Amino acid sequence: MRHLLSVTDLDAAAATDLLDTADRLRQALLGREVRKLPTLRGRTVVTMFYEDSTRTRVSFEIAGKWMSADTVNVAARGSSVGKGESLRDTAATLAAAGADCVVVRHPASGAAHRMAHWADRAAKEGVVGPGGPGTATCVVNAGDGTHEHPTQALLDAATLRDRLGGIAGRRVGIVGDVLHSRVARSNVFLLATLGADVVLVAPPTLLPVGVEAWPCRVGAELEAELPTLDAVMMLRVQAERMRGTYFPSAREYAVRYGLSERRAALLPAHAVVLHPGPMVRGMEIAPAVADAPASAVLAQVRNGVHVRMAVLYHLLAGATA
Amino acid sequence: MTGDLLIRGVRPYGEGEPVDVLVRDGVVAEIGTRLSATAEVLDASGLVLLPGFVDLHTHLREPGGEESETIESGSAAAALGGYTAVFAMPNTDPVGDSAVVVEHVWRRGAEIGLVDVHPVGAVTVGLGGERMAELASMASSRARVRMFSDDGRCVHDPMLMRRALEYATSLDAVIAQHAEDPRLTEGAQAHEGVVAARLGLAGWPATAEETVVARDCALARDAGARLHVCHVSSAHTVAVLRAAKAAGVRVTAEVTPHHLLLTDATLTAYDPVHKVNPPLRTADDAREMRNALAEGVIDVVATDHAPHAAQYKDTEWAAARPGMLGLQTALSVLVRACVEPGRLDWRGVARVMSQRPAEIGRLRDQGRPIAVGEPATFTVVDPDDMWTVRGAGLASRGTNTPYEGMRLPATVVATVLRGRVTAREGKVAA
Repeated sequence: MRHLLSVTDLDAAAATDLLDTADRLRQALLGREVRKLPTLRGRTVVTMFYEDSTRTRVSFEIAGKWMSADTVNVAARGSSVGKGESLRDTAATLAAAGADCVVVRHPASGAAHRMAHWADRAAKEGVVGPGGPGTATCVVNAGDGTHEHPTQALLDAATLRDRLGGIAGRRVGIVGDVLHSRVARSNVFLLATLGADVVLVAPPTLLPVGVEAWPCRVGAELEAELPTLDAVMMLRVQAERMRGTYFPSAREYAVRYGLSERRAALLPAHAVVLHPGPMVRGMEIAPAVADAPASAVLAQVRNGVHVRMAVLYHLLAGATA
Repeated sequence: MTGDLLIRGVRPYGEGEPVDVLVRDGVVAEIGTRLSATAEVLDASGLVLLPGFVDLHTHLREPGGEESETIESGSAAAALGGYTAVFAMPNTDPVGDSAVVVEHVWRRGAEIGLVDVHPVGAVTVGLGGERMAELASMASSRARVRMFSDDGRCVHDPMLMRRALEYATSLDAVIAQHAEDPRLTEGAQAHEGVVAARLGLAGWPATAEETVVARDCALARDAGARLHVCHVSSAHTVAVLRAAKAAGVRVTAEVTPHHLLLTDATLTAYDPVHKVNPPLRTADDAREMRNALAEGVIDVVATDHAPHAAQYKDTEWAAARPGMLGLQTALSVLVRACVEPGRLDWRGVARVMSQRPAEIGRLRDQGRPIAVGEPATFTVVDPDDMWTVRGAGLASRGTNTPYEGMRLPATVVATVLRGRVTAREGKVAA
């Protein structure tokens, strides 16, 4: 694994391997007085976020720090990006400055692919990289536009595996704004790779044309699906990506697609409620449901640190092995 | 006997026995076998003689976009691609919306002299879509503009489009529409379908083209005006055109080489060299483009040659400008897409690359038959040669070809404009 750009970079074995590594790292940290492993000492991880983020950015940084990597955060605001620097030049600058790994979030779908392409091309051409001329930075996609967010899908898979004892054969519902959701795309494809049965429930306006080619089913009605689910993932309605009317009102959306207390009661007792965050309480999820024992929202966050440790480990420690 | 140029052993339209073609004073003086004359000789045995190509849709970028292309570099690309006339779109800086700007483009083209450069005038002032530009002033200028387009943008206001169509009838001009409903394509990045859904690219639905073409056909019908549809990309649009033509609407249409051959399956690496407007669509759409061209529902191939300097293309997908090079690859792509599979013969190539575009653009001395007394304006093609496309080796300033590294059939051996060789064996005339 040179980069992590899309969940389709991973087959079932590779994904499982990452989840197993995440488990092992979690075990290794358990009960330690000093929560730090020496694994990535001397390695530099730069997070480059062109969009706002709390949990992804923090968990990547903590993941790096817990493995003794040097972590540097760059915000698009306050950097040379504000002076009109191109993504390509920024990527080359970070590589030359010594970034072994760049974790990037960007509003353009495919931005991480382009950065990986530039990194590999520069290395091939002998341009100076993190370890001197001809070495390449590895790129981790921390969310590119409406395309993918692979580490989110991995942490969701880790959470489901914990809570349900496995993923193959389990039925997972993904509810809400699929059209604008990179989380949905990564989850649909990773969960299908791992053998889950995925069903989408969304207003027709928030499903992409072409969804019929995805390895999942589109359900008609939330209440009909809920009793059959092992897990339900509520997506945030992404007002910031919307260019027009997709539904009449927040109220009507909440009524038809929100996970109310009454609806949550339709889920089987063992079912898990997931949300990638940030939640809009009262819109796609009722506050009481978000805070109920079935909710794995905070477990997701914690698993996010371990999964991101595993990803950095596979990319950076694996490279030297 | 004396002459200026003797083309030996060439087969006009790739038909019949080889003949010699003698050119004098820019016209065909004699066609026969074993002609002897004191003239520059072009040995063309085994080669195909076609009327010089005419491109209704070229972006030469000058004035204002000289880092991507100039009238000089674009003229060279045209001559090397077998073109003897190109129509230069007005989305320059300043916009070609006045007699002053279109005359400048026309004059620069004439000074360079490698290809007839016919400026296209803007339909609206500044391409703003609000006020009609001075169409008659441009038509009566030295540039003699006969085609108007806001290409790059759609003339979306139906009343403005209606008035432009009506007004143009008094000038025998054609309105060339970039058919794209702007509301249906807000933020659009790729053909709306399976590939865009997977890649998370905002969709450019085919209906945004189809609906504008349907509306414009109705407006052209009522006005008795000539409408030309730029770069048709969707199978649905072809159905609209077929019906409109059957009903007698004066509508013509073009397809680009890339919409004949390429599909959105190439988008998966997010390389913006494949970003173009309208977007690459599905294999079914591309097949329907080839059918429609063979059938004549689509009249011509036009390149939509759109050079971009590297800084506009070597970016993330959303930041990249749309467009791709076309002038030097159009013939080869057409041969690959339509001639090799038997959908078009060489006479068909002459029709879609020369004769029909010249008629639509109202050029009297282009796209003419190969016959004595006609202008000696030709493209000499080697149908059996193959070449590998390298963007850096093309004459354009931008190198944004989607065919990089592809091996394609057919090469242009020579281009002749009114008896003068403008390009020969990959080099333009000094």
